[in-house]
Amino acid sequence: MIDLMKQSPLGTYVEHLKKGELAYQVNKDNNKAFFYPRAIAPETGSANIEWRVSKGLGTVYTTTVIYYKGEAPLNVAMIDMDEGYRLMSRVEDIDAMDVKIGMRVKFKVHPGDDKTLPYPVFTPAGDAK
Amino acid sequence: MSGLERGSIAVVGAAESDLGQVAQHTSPVDLMAQATMRALDDCGLKLKDVDALFVAATQVRMGPMSLAEYLRIKPKVFDGTQIGGSSFMTHVAHAQMAIQLGLCEVAVIAYGSTQRSVSRAAASPREINPYESPYRPILPISAYAMAAARHMHQYGTKREHLAEVAVAARKWALLNPKAWEKEPLSIEQALNARMVSYPFTVRDCCLVVDGGGAIVLTSAARAKTLRKKPVYVLGVGETLSHANISSLPDFTVTGASVSGPQAFKMAGVTPKDVKMASLYDAFTINPILFLEDLGFCPKGEGGRFVANGAIAPGGKLAVNTSGGGLSYCHPGMYGLLVMIEAIRQVRGECGERQVKGCDVALAHGNGGVLSSQCTVIFGSENAL
Repeated sequence: MIDLMKQSPLGTYVEHLKKGELAYQVNKDNNKAFFYPRAIAPETGSANIEWRVSKGLGTVYTTTVIYYKGEAPLNVAMIDMDEGYRLMSRVEDIDAMDVKIGMRVKFKVHPGDDKTLPYPVFTPAGDAK
Repeated sequence: MSGLERGSIAVVGAAESDLGQVAQHTSPVDLMAQATMRALDDCGLKLKDVDALFVAATQVRMGPMSLAEYLRIKPKVFDGTQIGGSSFMTHVAHAQMAIQLGLCEVAVIAYGSTQRSVSRAAASPREINPYESPYRPILPISAYAMAAARHMHQYGTKREHLAEVAVAARKWALLNPKAWEKEPLSIEQALNARMVSYPFTVRDCCLVVDGGGAIVLTSAARAKTLRKKPVYVLGVGETLSHANISSLPDFTVTGASVSGPQAFKMAGVTPKDVKMASLYDAFTINPILFLEDLGFCPKGEGGRFVANGAIAPGGKLAVNTSGGGLSYCHPGMYGLLVMIEAIRQVRGECGERQVKGCDVALAHGNGGVLSSQCTVIFGSENAL
């Protein structure tokens, strides 16, 4: 049960990121992982939700490279996490055009700044299983 | 949709507003009103005949109220369903419900946008999503680009196939006096244009122009008494699958695979019967996905289907004969203009770009980031 009078789904998610953790939720009624964080589980409407900390490994489902004028090419990708959910993110420490579908990637925290909350980014993980 | 009867209503009037770049300070509602009166003039009905109003727009939050106030009419039925560019196909389905139930007789569906004049950022401000906005995707472009990238990976679709869609649209546009683009486009030019969000160059992306439109619908019985040949609504289908592209399970399969079969079933026709397909081409990947999902070719074959000018003038299937959102007009939510071209093809009003014997035309709308998919199949009296 998530008590919205005390803590929002995004609030809990960000608290985990501040500790260097990527958190996600599981619907305990059907054992399905889901993302983004919610107060009510999708499909069943259950409030029986558990927070878990991801192992941080995933695979690039698809990717694009954005060309903002006057900036280095910027990667945006969809990451399918090993625990069975998907999130939008960015793969860093590699040329944006070298991010490939099927590439294994590992989570790290981007600390955010005055305007932006911390958020997850990824780096290449080689052949990590 | 069960309960809706094939051919129970018809489009009797259809018109664009002024398109392109309108005068400074023109409002989206000015364009809606202009298009509404042109569409009514098209069929000979008067403003006082209108008793139902359907409006959606990005710059006018409560569309039915704004247009009703502007025109000083008091519609009995109104609907502002806002699901992006396919809203107007959904409005057709909802108008059909209301007309069949006898709740109203004459429905107007209208749209207007001044996104070129005021800028896209001002016309369609993005909602903040704390889980996605930090990555700075250019939405909606990057969402469709990621669908294209996945399709290329999974099915061997090439950037040249995407370029084929842009070039076909341009060839059709050169046959349409109202089209924004006036110069030819080659595959090489499309491929070498400025990259925006890989694999999309600026030529893979729709235009950003001002414009609007309106259509008038009434019962089949009343339609027969009016000026133009009725264009019957044979079938409609609609579905929502997600809001953010991350929640679409398979980026290569859209809700058109749901809305299409619904519309075909109601219409009692198959893709082989469709003489012209008006497929919302916000980006070049869209017609490829929709040709597959609507059943014009097998899943994964869309890129190869459009190759060698197959959807250009003289090709095997007439697609987006207006020149589409890529080369004719894209005023933000383009779905109403997608239908207007299909309606005109069924009427036989398309001049140089007219498809011969176009008794059945399909209009497919897309909204958000492949999020809402709505299909309307139109037919002439011969198709009833």
